[in-house]
Amino acid sequence: MRTPRTSALLAAVALVSALALTACGGGDIENEDAAGGEECGTIDMAINPWVGYEASAHVVGYVAETKLGCTVNYKDLDEQVSWQGFGEGEVDVIIENWGHPELQKKYFESKGGDGSAMSAGPNGNEGIIGWYLPPWMAEEYPDITDWKNLNKYSELFQTPESGDKGTLYDGDPGFVTNDEALVKNLDLDYEVVFAGSENALIEGFRKAEENKTPYLGYFYEPQWFLSEVPLVKVELPEYTEGCDADPEEVACDYPLYTLDKIVATDFAESGSPGYELVENFKWTNEDQNEVAKMIASVGMDPEEAAQQWVEDNPDKVEAWLP
Amino acid sequence: MSSIATVRPKTHDTGALATLRARWRLVSLLAVVAMWVLVWAFTRGEQTLAIQASDRTDIHGWFLARTTAIENADNVVTSLLAALSSGMDATLLFLQHLFTVPEYPRPYPQIGWLGALAIASLAAYAVAGWRQVLVVAPSFLLFGLLGYYEDAMDLLIVTGVAVAVALLIGIPLGIWMGHSKIVAAVVTPVLDVMQTMPSFVYLLPFSILFGIGPAVAALVTLVYAMPPSVRVTAYAVRGVSTTTLEATDSLGQNRWQRLRHVELPMAKRTIIVGVNQTTMAALAMATIAAYVDGPGLGQPVLEGLRRGQLGKSFVAGLAIVIMAIMLDRTTTAASTRSDRVARGDRDTGRVRTVALVAGTVVTLAAVYLSNSYTWANQFPEGVNIGDPISTKVDDLADWLRSDLSAITTGVQETFTLYFLNPVQDLVANSPWFVAGLAILAIAWIVGGVRALGAAAVCLAGIYWLDLWNNAMITLTAVLVATVVVMILGLAVGVWMGRSQVVDRSVRPVLDAAQTMPPFVYLIPVLVLFDANRFTAMVAGIIYAAPVAIKLIADGVSGVSATTVEAAESAGSSRLQMITKVQLPMARGSILLAANQGLLYVLSMVVIGGMVGAGALGFDIVYGFRQANFAGKGLAAGITIVLIGIMLDRITTYGARRAQSPGRATVRRKRLSLSRAET
Repeated sequence: MRTPRTSALLAAVALVSALALTACGGGDIENEDAAGGEECGTIDMAINPWVGYEASAHVVGYVAETKLGCTVNYKDLDEQVSWQGFGEGEVDVIIENWGHPELQKKYFESKGGDGSAMSAGPNGNEGIIGWYLPPWMAEEYPDITDWKNLNKYSELFQTPESGDKGTLYDGDPGFVTNDEALVKNLDLDYEVVFAGSENALIEGFRKAEENKTPYLGYFYEPQWFLSEVPLVKVELPEYTEGCDADPEEVACDYPLYTLDKIVATDFAESGSPGYELVENFKWTNEDQNEVAKMIASVGMDPEEAAQQWVEDNPDKVEAWLP
Repeated sequence: MSSIATVRPKTHDTGALATLRARWRLVSLLAVVAMWVLVWAFTRGEQTLAIQASDRTDIHGWFLARTTAIENADNVVTSLLAALSSGMDATLLFLQHLFTVPEYPRPYPQIGWLGALAIASLAAYAVAGWRQVLVVAPSFLLFGLLGYYEDAMDLLIVTGVAVAVALLIGIPLGIWMGHSKIVAAVVTPVLDVMQTMPSFVYLLPFSILFGIGPAVAALVTLVYAMPPSVRVTAYAVRGVSTTTLEATDSLGQNRWQRLRHVELPMAKRTIIVGVNQTTMAALAMATIAAYVDGPGLGQPVLEGLRRGQLGKSFVAGLAIVIMAIMLDRTTTAASTRSDRVARGDRDTGRVRTVALVAGTVVTLAAVYLSNSYTWANQFPEGVNIGDPISTKVDDLADWLRSDLSAITTGVQETFTLYFLNPVQDLVANSPWFVAGLAILAIAWIVGGVRALGAAAVCLAGIYWLDLWNNAMITLTAVLVATVVVMILGLAVGVWMGRSQVVDRSVRPVLDAAQTMPPFVYLIPVLVLFDANRFTAMVAGIIYAAPVAIKLIADGVSGVSATTVEAAESAGSSRLQMITKVQLPMARGSILLAANQGLLYVLSMVVIGGMVGAGALGFDIVYGFRQANFAGKGLAAGITIVLIGIMLDRITTYGARRAQSPGRATVRRKRLSLSRAET
């Protein structure tokens, strides 16, 4: 029995002395100097699953790292899970938030929540959600873009997954959506099938336009893909203030979203220059589409895409700096 | 004996009766299904209890209210849980600062890839022997080459911490269980339920209790991974020969001495088998824990799945496969080594000591270098084989879906339209009470009164949870996929069972396939077939086939040689031999294979919820992603567990009935599933 014990002991000695050694340091790894003078520390940036979001997050992250000397951790999280992370110190920033009044109630102090999160103002992007069709369909069936005529064409959209109803493709299960309620309340012969991701929707639309096959799907702007294939939006009953108050009874279009930045209250109060950057950050849908296109269509690394945009737009970036 | 009876009916009357009884069962099963179809034809689509993904009922609201209450509660239990979670957080953060996450203002972690590689190699040598160094070191290099060094280390850290704590609790509990019949009686059913629960089901309740992040990932992993170590330890302690115990007792040892010097050393090898199983379970769970923001290789897999970048998922999946092989080989070798050591047949002491000391010195040097120099800390980015592989896979996926889409979608649509949809139509579009009665009748015929009772309780629970229709859709997917698993299992299993050569060449592949985390199987299937119900089922079939094949092969090869010879001398052909002798004799094993097949498929179909499988798996995913649906997600989780228990009970009782000699073998077999006895 001696050998295993000796080896365990040796391994322990090795580990302890390794730790002791590492404490001595030396060599060419030097501690980083905080570039901004003030210590920035780390920023935990949530990455929600669509490319436009990724574009915004990486541009802000790139500026924070290169101009302010922050360390940025990117965390792939769903919208709602990201909110949950504020109170637990797992998330500092959501760079593009789509409304979520129910979560504001839960986490904003101003709305009676636990106060772990707060808004850092609009990020300049305007959000639109709706149902879209490939352009060939709008040409072939001009009246299809009115929701009232969707039932007339439901047979076109039948798939094995939806049986004798038409398929309406939704995106990621985490996205903001009223589609099932809309289908029910507008008496449409459709069934909502979750395509699963933004990419799946884009692939679906792209193939539909190429092969002239029918496809009806949930989609949104800002969206780089619309410059590649100019999808046509279906007109739903007009949005009026409060018509979407009861999620089960919704029978109207989505509102126009003013996208904003949500931050952890602790992060906002930390005095980090990183927070000031987030607060100052503001750009247009076109800006975002430009970066998103580099990532999704050109296939660049998000970091490289951010770098390129930052280098091409020094004035805009300058305005964000604390 | 019944099989011989079919060949020579005169000699064994009891055998003939048994055959008749088996036939009677088959006939009544067919009758039930026929009745079901008939009633369905007239009532189709009525009272199916279908609800939409965005519908919630009172019971789901009740669950949601409970979760909110738990989240907001402030009492002893919650503060205890919070302490547990922050303790775990601190431990993980300490290790991450050592290996993966730089601690400000230092730009890199304390120990880089070279140091980690050296430490791992030394550890592998110490516990498992020098051969394992040849597995561990290249694995670490491959993590780096694939471009996922940090994620791999994070996964190792979470898995390692979870396994350590799981063993710290599991082994003592197992020893206690091995000594006390009462404890065993209390703990065993709990372990049964825990092992029936698909890994995915654990995540939602844990994220409600502990939130998200590394700590909850480690906690859910350790809970999921503990049962095998408890079970195997208890089994090992119970297996220590009574003669030895009596002999040493007569020398006047006290209980502590007995445990320390007799029982533990004798049970050690089997206990390490438990360590192996616990480690593999932990790896599977830690991967899926990416859903609750657990760090590690699960993250890039999930990210790729979410964004439809399958190449990325594929490369990360490859790294997981490498890690699974590495951990499995090392823990298995540790078990064989401890056996050799126990028998006094070990590496010569001096060589080993010298090697250990030298290894320690080299390791220290490597750690120092990786602490001090960038090249030894950060894996060189220039040498990367991950990106080309990822691009190739993406190209392949494009090609399959554009140029070959006629074939892939053809296969998928044919299967869906002509097989899956009709069965689903029958099961899910019957009125709930019709489907329920039919299932109860089937349970009764297959497993007897006890199975009937279990099924009744489970179905009542499913009805109460308001997810009946989704439960039926998931059940359909499970049943249809299991049929395919059984066809595969019978074909390959009989082939293996009848030929040692085939067995020897196929078994290692199956063994390796069984150690893979289920998550990994989804990726290649997604590349082929895109996201839909079919994809999840194919992944489930691939995941479940190895265990079913092995069980059937064991059953067939276990048919006694005398029986086979007797049948041969009676002049039965090869086909007769298989259908009249070997398969009937292996009936118990086949039902057991069905049991395992069903549970494996269930766990996979649930994970498939996020790639188009819909139904209950989707309800859970939705519960994660939309706060208002957490209650419904929990209800879906419980429903899945109820389906699992129901299928398990029906097939287990059925298998016991079919296996006339020795009822206890069912449990025993289950324990040995993952090569416990090899």
